[in-house]
Amino acid sequence: MSGKAAEKIIPLSAAGASGWVVAGRLDEIPRAGARVIHTAAGEIALFRTVDDRVFALRDRCPHQGGPLSQGIVYGHKVACPLHNWSVALDSGAAIAPDEGQTACFPVRIEGDMVYLAIC
Amino acid sequence: MTEKLVVVGNGMAGMRTVEELLKLAPDKYAITVFGAEPHVNYNRILLSPVLAGEKQPDDIVLNGEAWYAEHGISLHRGKKIECIDRRERTVTATDGTMARYDRLLVATGSDPFILPVPGKDLRGVVTFRDLADVDAMLTAAKLFRHAVVIGGGLLGLEAANGLLKQGMNVSVIHLGPTLMERQLDDTAGNMLKQSLESRGIRFFLEAKTMEIIGNQRVKGVRLADDTEITADLVVMAVGIRPNFELARLAGIYCEHGIVVSDTLQTFDPRVYAVGECVCHRGKNYGLVAPLFEQARVCANHLAAIGYARYGGSVTSTKLKVTGIDLFSAGNYLGGEGCEEIVLKDPGRGVYKKIVLKDNRVQGAVLYGETLDGAWYFDLMRDGTPIADIRDALLFGPAHLGDAGHGGRNVAAMNDATEICGCNGVCKGEITRAISAKGLFTLEEVRAHTKASSSCGSCTGLVEQLLATTLGSNYSQTPKEKPLCRCTDHTHDQVRAAITANSLKTMRAVMEHCQWRTPDGCPSCRPALNYYLLCAWPGQYADDAQSRFINERAHANIQKDGTYSVVPRIWGGVTTPSELRAIAEVAEKFAIPTVKLTGGQRIDLLGVKKEKLPAVWADLSRAGFVSGHAYGKALRTVKTCVGSEWCRFGVQDSTGLGIALEKMTWGTWTPHKTKLGVSGCPRNCAEATIKDFGVVGVDSGWELHVGGNGGVKVRATDLLCKVHTDADVKEYCGAYLQLYREEARYLERTAPWIERVGLSYVKQRIVEDGDGRKALYRRFLESQQHAQKDPWAERATGKIAQHEFTPLKAAV
Repeated sequence: MSGKAAEKIIPLSAAGASGWVVAGRLDEIPRAGARVIHTAAGEIALFRTVDDRVFALRDRCPHQGGPLSQGIVYGHKVACPLHNWSVALDSGAAIAPDEGQTACFPVRIEGDMVYLAIC
Repeated sequence: MTEKLVVVGNGMAGMRTVEELLKLAPDKYAITVFGAEPHVNYNRILLSPVLAGEKQPDDIVLNGEAWYAEHGISLHRGKKIECIDRRERTVTATDGTMARYDRLLVATGSDPFILPVPGKDLRGVVTFRDLADVDAMLTAAKLFRHAVVIGGGLLGLEAANGLLKQGMNVSVIHLGPTLMERQLDDTAGNMLKQSLESRGIRFFLEAKTMEIIGNQRVKGVRLADDTEITADLVVMAVGIRPNFELARLAGIYCEHGIVVSDTLQTFDPRVYAVGECVCHRGKNYGLVAPLFEQARVCANHLAAIGYARYGGSVTSTKLKVTGIDLFSAGNYLGGEGCEEIVLKDPGRGVYKKIVLKDNRVQGAVLYGETLDGAWYFDLMRDGTPIADIRDALLFGPAHLGDAGHGGRNVAAMNDATEICGCNGVCKGEITRAISAKGLFTLEEVRAHTKASSSCGSCTGLVEQLLATTLGSNYSQTPKEKPLCRCTDHTHDQVRAAITANSLKTMRAVMEHCQWRTPDGCPSCRPALNYYLLCAWPGQYADDAQSRFINERAHANIQKDGTYSVVPRIWGGVTTPSELRAIAEVAEKFAIPTVKLTGGQRIDLLGVKKEKLPAVWADLSRAGFVSGHAYGKALRTVKTCVGSEWCRFGVQDSTGLGIALEKMTWGTWTPHKTKLGVSGCPRNCAEATIKDFGVVGVDSGWELHVGGNGGVKVRATDLLCKVHTDADVKEYCGAYLQLYREEARYLERTAPWIERVGLSYVKQRIVEDGDGRKALYRRFLESQQHAQKDPWAERATGKIAQHEFTPLKAAV
């Protein structure tokens, strides 16, 4: 339950030199929802917003480690299901006046495929 | 091009308007602010605690220089505007600084009234209005001994108390026969006087000041009866006058203030005005709460959103003198056609008077015990009929079955007392945050301290802390508040719009009601989803992404991210084979904890989300359906064994309980809903703390409503008595449907009934037979669409499979 989640993500062989891996198809993630990817470095949540942007955060709320992937996605934010903290999807930062940070990963969409960089 | 907004006045009303405007339209204007005082924006209402030495000037700054810089606001402090040229659209300060405007906001506040007596200009004569006055008083307190305060109103008494605390010998001269006669009746005024006298303040009542004596510095005050009072410092606190001279000279129409419309616009449409300087519908306001309401409306129009209206404010008064509890609101004197309910207990120093007219609260004075002030104020402002609660009115909401949290007085608590038990927030943390961060509303305190943001049972205490810290000036949470920050519409307005305009999708509701956000927020989306589901059964497609995780996953999320599973056990009656099936599931899936619940069911805790469909598949095969233990839905029907076994039982409570559960399961309600059925008045099923409780008597069944055993224990109210099981089902269905259709989302039946009144519910369910039958029909109709087991649907993997499987097992 450590607050900061900014620890180094271990590079994975599947990621290749560029670090980009295929996460899945865009339509596999519900709009205004999220799906989880299990990685060697822990669980990463992929959020799809109402405007079809995709963001990736470590699936742990900076507050008490709640699974952000289970929260309600609104705008470019997600509300943690445990205590209703809101976290910005593009930065992983808790919305003021709360303070905290969860790790954030680059995402790229090409056609209907979603790619995630995890190293 | 960016428009230019010029604000004349750097006080609380003007800057609050700017703050509200920045929230709505941060880039619309280039903003310039002129303030006559040399300070940044500070919290004027906390001057009394600064004078009393309880706070430092730095503690009361609302917006520091960084705030102005961050929002690109040019601040001219210490520059008084002396003229407005409306043709050229410029303002000019005394030092020649000029600024052009497209829109002008006048917020010049008010000036203290100076008695026109000889000696008023002597050194040592001050008013009590700004930090400079407080400085002068603090300096005088160090050098001199005798202080005289002229004026025994709110401000004068706070000044007197502050100077007393600074070690001065204080006398108060007051024209009227009792203190604070504009807020207090004679009895309360006299109690206040005694209490202040016991602290050492001397009073001269019915005393007219004729002259302030002295050569250069003040030496004393002479009264009309020739009494002379020694004074090294004289504080004039006889009232304030709206400062509208600037506007008047510019030809803007003024009466006893700048006349504004309900949109806070003056007669010149480019010029707005807010705060103490305005006259709205013939009234001036001198407290912060109404000014903030004005600020909100004015900002709405400056931002060119343009639908908010200010309809005037109802105000209440609290005295910010540590250790004295005093509250006053509305018509506290009574009069023609009024009745008074009075409690007077001199031994405890308590006095309460509630003035009633036509079955409604008109006003109240509370002395010594002001805990319930906010409640009376709400009753008064909302015009709530009080016939149902009249017998206990004087004793406050704590005596309306709303037990458990009443009767605590925050003023007497020390700083380490825990206020919010959910988040571990103490009194000191809250009061410090209120002053240091400039918080005025319950919502702000919740955001900054978390106090009262979880179960909400300490809301009353937090509101009291706001009231005692800020005095009359805190912005009481409006009863009719917007559904959430995405909209200005209330729950009831949104609901009415849904049915009146046949809005059948969330998008349609958001567009019709002018939502400010593209897709709502975690507060409004679940509410809208429920309202649509309730309004259009069978037509509206439930939006899973707008449901809280528990309702989306049909299980309860736990602190470690696993889930709990509670199968429905009808009426709490089970069989060996059902128990065996549950045991087998628990073993097969290595479920770590198996617990009996308070609702007579079995909770399987610690299930990984991916395993839920498989767990459900096994439970479904054994005949179980979802217990909806996770939902704003019908939870359980708790029963006692009843006449089948019990030697005291007079009715078959298990039989009826099972029938009721079969009828009601699967329904979505504004909040969780629990039923109970007892087979005799011994009431072993505890039916009288349920949302709908049924108690068997020899001749039939008693029906009870609005009970709660959780946050606030509330015993039910008796609705009526019926004779047959069929009657119970009809009344139950009709009552639940009324609750479904009319309560606000997340409102349990207990607060709902307290809000609408038991008489109303009786009228709809008991007296109006046709109406009851229609409600019952609508309930049964809605149940045809609701009674589908969500577990069975998901166990097959056909519905919402994405919810229970990772996007990718591993990368």
